[in-house]
Amino acid sequence: MPRPTPFHDRLQALCTSYAWKHWSGYYAVCHFHESPEREYNAIRQAAGLLDVTPLFKYDVVGPDAGRFLSYVCSKSVARLKRGRVTYLCWCDDDGNILDDGTCWRLGKESYRVTAAEPSLYWFEEHAEGFDVAITDITDTVAGLALQGPTSRDILRQVCDIDVDALKFFGVKKTTFKGGFKGHVTRTGYTGDLGYELWVRNKHALALWDLLMSEGKAFGIYPIGLDALDICRVESGFVLAGVDYTSAHGALTPAEKSTPFELNLGQTVQLDRGPFIGQRALKAEAERGSEYAFVGLDIDWVATEKVFAEYDLPPSLPAAAWRSLRPVYRGTRQVGRAYSGTWSPILKKNIALATVRADVASPGTVLDIEITAEYERRRVPAVVSALPFFDPPRKRA
Amino acid sequence: MATHYDAIIIGGGHNGLVCAAYLAKEGRKVLVLERRYVLGGAAVTEELYPGFHYSVCSYVVSLLRPHIIRDLGLPKHGLQILPLECSFTPHLDGPGLCRWPSADKTRREISRYSKRDAEVYPRFGKAMGRMARAVKPIIDMVPPDPTSLNPFELMKFRTLGDVIRKLDDEELPRFVKMMTMSSADFLDEWFESDILKAPMAVSGIIGTFQGVRSPGTAYVLLHHYMGEIDGAFRAWGFSKGGTGGISLSIARAAQAFGAEILTEASVAEITVSGGRATGVALTDGREFTAKNVISSCDPKLTFLDMCGEKHFDDDFLGHIKRYRYRGSSGKVNLALDRLPQFTCRPGDGLHIRGDIAIAPSIDYLETAYDEAKYGQFSRRPYINVVIPSLTDPSVAPPGKHVMSCFVQYAPYDLREGPADWENQREAFGDTVVATLEEYMPGLTDSILHRQVLTPWDLEKDFGLSEGNIFQGELSLEQLFFLRPAPGWARYRTPVKGLWMCGSATHPGGGIMGAPGALAAERMLKERAL
Repeated sequence: MPRPTPFHDRLQALCTSYAWKHWSGYYAVCHFHESPEREYNAIRQAAGLLDVTPLFKYDVVGPDAGRFLSYVCSKSVARLKRGRVTYLCWCDDDGNILDDGTCWRLGKESYRVTAAEPSLYWFEEHAEGFDVAITDITDTVAGLALQGPTSRDILRQVCDIDVDALKFFGVKKTTFKGGFKGHVTRTGYTGDLGYELWVRNKHALALWDLLMSEGKAFGIYPIGLDALDICRVESGFVLAGVDYTSAHGALTPAEKSTPFELNLGQTVQLDRGPFIGQRALKAEAERGSEYAFVGLDIDWVATEKVFAEYDLPPSLPAAAWRSLRPVYRGTRQVGRAYSGTWSPILKKNIALATVRADVASPGTVLDIEITAEYERRRVPAVVSALPFFDPPRKRA
Repeated sequence: MATHYDAIIIGGGHNGLVCAAYLAKEGRKVLVLERRYVLGGAAVTEELYPGFHYSVCSYVVSLLRPHIIRDLGLPKHGLQILPLECSFTPHLDGPGLCRWPSADKTRREISRYSKRDAEVYPRFGKAMGRMARAVKPIIDMVPPDPTSLNPFELMKFRTLGDVIRKLDDEELPRFVKMMTMSSADFLDEWFESDILKAPMAVSGIIGTFQGVRSPGTAYVLLHHYMGEIDGAFRAWGFSKGGTGGISLSIARAAQAFGAEILTEASVAEITVSGGRATGVALTDGREFTAKNVISSCDPKLTFLDMCGEKHFDDDFLGHIKRYRYRGSSGKVNLALDRLPQFTCRPGDGLHIRGDIAIAPSIDYLETAYDEAKYGQFSRRPYINVVIPSLTDPSVAPPGKHVMSCFVQYAPYDLREGPADWENQREAFGDTVVATLEEYMPGLTDSILHRQVLTPWDLEKDFGLSEGNIFQGELSLEQLFFLRPAPGWARYRTPVKGLWMCGSATHPGGGIMGAPGALAAERMLKERAL
């Protein structure tokens, strides 16, 4: 049975839809009311508040903490300064991705790593010979993502840090109004202006109540995972378990992917001391990747035409979809889309897909399978650079 | 300033801008002249009180054509539409009625008043949706000329024939009924509860000088089912930053395509020589020349004021003079210190995030019309309220709100003449606030600023003759190939090189953009520039 997060009492009272799902063994809200639409708009127009407690969190502390992380991950943290966060991933020996997450530097010898999947075993197994202690704090630290254009104004009301000084991918320890302590990271998974706030479980409800009351004037609204999913597709963020399968969970080699194939090349630093997967990734970098992760802009006029053949208006799922859809170039299947959504802000029907590298340059016209009135059809989809949506405030 | 343009567009409203954008996109040299300091015409946002951004006139959007959004890349230029979530009709006694996006929730709401209506309601929606889809091609076509013998013109009537043919045995009679009946009568055929019919019936009278029991108003109901947002029919929304946001995104698109836009450039005269429009002269003395002049203003301003009667024959002038405006609505915009509370449904729940209709019964609406018929504004008017700051906090300071109130009836022709609005403006504003206060006690005390727009103000400040929000009534006899005049529905005018592209042309008013786009299409096709 999944367990409740420390915010559950508040979420349960608000979740009139009863639409819950399981997220890493916790209850998580899909959407609070009939549809995720209002929550999506809160993220893009005001501020959304999302319980992200189920993310796996590890404290990595010790004289060798930095060296250890640089060894396990495909990116070095040697240059990561105190008070900074970086996005990275870790791979197996063959350079296949295991998971992606953030790494914060909290002190000289102190880091925190977030992950989508349980990673303690993998970290500990490779910690041998490093003077480092790894603690799983997943169940003791609660997290809230505060995302959207008014999130900064809200944050200003609730904590004592100089909010403007906290730059994109920064982390700061703070005392919240009410006297309890925690961390604020200038991070998020929405591609918008946003923060994530972290406190010990016992302060969770106080943090929730504080944000909801101080945020009211700024249009704060609780959001669930469905709204988040629309935003993350617009922002081109991969999702472990959806857009890629962790090499640990893959049943066949074909199910595995490398960071390069997932458009995560910026998280790979090859020319440095040894790290797990280095040889394979170097070889791939020289050889070139077989696949690429791209955006697809699905032709709306063609979609309308297909539906019109059945005398129907085009119908779209109310939320983002997550199902494999074949992608073709002519008659040849060249890839598959994993997730997609109607983007309300871009007014486009978009998808995230893995396609063969030779058809991955932006502007290439491919075909994607859609279903219209129980029949499989194909419509054109143009390869598009990621992210689809990239407002200046994301980095502001 | 000696530049010669391919096209000068008079009026920087959304239609003028759409037309400019399409022409500029095709590489034409285009100049847009806007009389006011701000773009948008009646689709405009203004900060009239510090921190509060009013959608001064038009306040919701649904009919903006999706292909225009795509063709001009408007999202890239800042267009954002936020959904209006529900339709709330408060009552003085009882909980009122709220129609939600969720069919089940709506059924439960309606069944408080009538179980039968609750089940018929989705069937009605489906019927209207089908009909709206069938009629939709008409909106997006240049009206054919019924008097033409040109086979290409006659072919277009096939499209109309197809529309009719697509309707089945139930739908065809229904369509004819819609074209002829009053909205109240039409709804009577479907529903029994007044509280449901009243807010639905008002769709048929918005912007017209008719009542819910006037024949012909049922058709306009259909217009309101034609709205599309993201391809979904029957969806209404707000524009981020107010409706001016729509106009500004179109303006940015037009500029990106190379169009020039001037504000505070008031056109005094369209210069005509040898039966051909040659340019414009501004009130400040500046002059611009062009191959074509396109007016997004209404026929009265365009033909009678800017061109002058001497360029037209009596027949045409007769049509233009008979074209009816008869503005019947006003607007009250409020800056609020706090959210209003409804007696019938307290709390700041979801019911106030959509549109709120003060339309408690059919009789209430018809009584409001009765007063207007004899030259008075309604003592208890129909009011359509929205509070966009709930969805888009950027339009008001934190914790404060803007409230937009569309008010009908406010007849242009008061008993003492339209100029008497100068004396009655504040009394009209007081009436609106007093009406709302009955439903939302304490509202008056929370008002920080009030803007009252009467039809007289709409005419003076926004160039809408007689204050008609659609540049001429959207009644059957003024639609399609009759808009604005028989024989002149195809954006051309009797003066060569002078074109129309505003709401006074097919398919009419509302933030659709279709007149602007169709005019541009027509001009390009006729190689006018």
